[in-house]
Amino acid sequence: MAYFLIFISAIFVNNIVLSQFLGICPFLGVSKKIDTALGMGAAVTFVLTVATIVTFLLQKLLVMWHVEFLQTILFILVIAALVQMIEIMLKKVSPALYQALGVFLPLITTNCCILGVALIVADEKKLLASLPDHLSANLLTGTLFAFATAIGFALALVLFAGIREQLALAKVPKAMKGTPIALLTAGLLAMAFMGFSGVV
Amino acid sequence: MSKGLQTLTNGLLKENPTFVLVLGMCPTLATTTSALNGMSMGLATLFVLVCSNIVISLLKNLIPDKVRIPAFIVVIATFVTMVQLAMQAYLPAIYEVLGLFIPLIVVNCIVLGRAEAFAAKNSVGLSALDGLGMGLGFTLALTLLGAIREILGAGKIFGTQIYDSTYTTLIFVLAPGAFIALAYLMAIVNKLMKK
Repeated sequence: MAYFLIFISAIFVNNIVLSQFLGICPFLGVSKKIDTALGMGAAVTFVLTVATIVTFLLQKLLVMWHVEFLQTILFILVIAALVQMIEIMLKKVSPALYQALGVFLPLITTNCCILGVALIVADEKKLLASLPDHLSANLLTGTLFAFATAIGFALALVLFAGIREQLALAKVPKAMKGTPIALLTAGLLAMAFMGFSGVV
Repeated sequence: MSKGLQTLTNGLLKENPTFVLVLGMCPTLATTTSALNGMSMGLATLFVLVCSNIVISLLKNLIPDKVRIPAFIVVIATFVTMVQLAMQAYLPAIYEVLGLFIPLIVVNCIVLGRAEAFAAKNSVGLSALDGLGMGLGFTLALTLLGAIREILGAGKIFGTQIYDSTYTTLIFVLAPGAFIALAYLMAIVNKLMKK
């Protein structure tokens, strides 16, 4: 049950995009069509989960060697390398999946929700603060948290894309066209998600 | 000289990273709960931008073309770590508030974008000015947005109460307010720039 709460908390209550402001760039950039939003969501889910497991284990090494200050440099390099590796492996193992996710993979390195979640999970205090009560911070809860966060990202992205598809048909004042109206829509969506606060 | 001045003012208005280029949205929305927080985030980014632009411009002929992006990221991450450690030591209160978004300067598209689009092609002096201009434009935008949210949401400006807090609109310091305030600010800038 407690593990189930991780999902509710990370997807609805503390949605990564709408209440933590991580991953806004792809949220605004690739949300014009539901199809691309689904592709991006799936690619982020995959990379985020793998990257979090790898960086969680690397953090243990950093602490062991007392070089914690290298965290930022190491994590971003590992994420960049990992994205490249996943791209090469997918191309070989599953060309169909590569076709679907391929275009989005290079964009993911600079998606701040990957590095952001990796940094949260690597820090025991920050991870504990993001988990529901009575759970300890370990690899399992960290991985579940990362996976749930990514699902939350995908959900926000797909919802937003659905709204924007409709919005493309609407008449918008000239100065509000493009980013301003998208931001305003995101604001309303964020307000709707605020209704979940206090559930967990 | 006029070219230098042009480079400097370019980032402030004509190519303002927040309002015109729409880059670096995550820190823009997340850290502008007050004018001071927005300004601190802007200044931290400004420092990283200027330093990384200078170093990358110096190294542009040494870095092979194929590995330039990872090389740029290492340079940027080095300066981000410096800012992170310095803030932790001297400004612990602000570091606590900005938290995660200081290390996340590494993946701020403005920094990598300027490295790739400007510093890798121009002289050291011009790159420094470009970094300064872009950084100041970003700081200006963040401070402005922070001030608007602080005035509407808490009735304060830079921490000083200016009107009774009973009449404030709390939503502006919460998450949805960030999106809505930035949306209107951007629309106003769009309108003014057209003229």
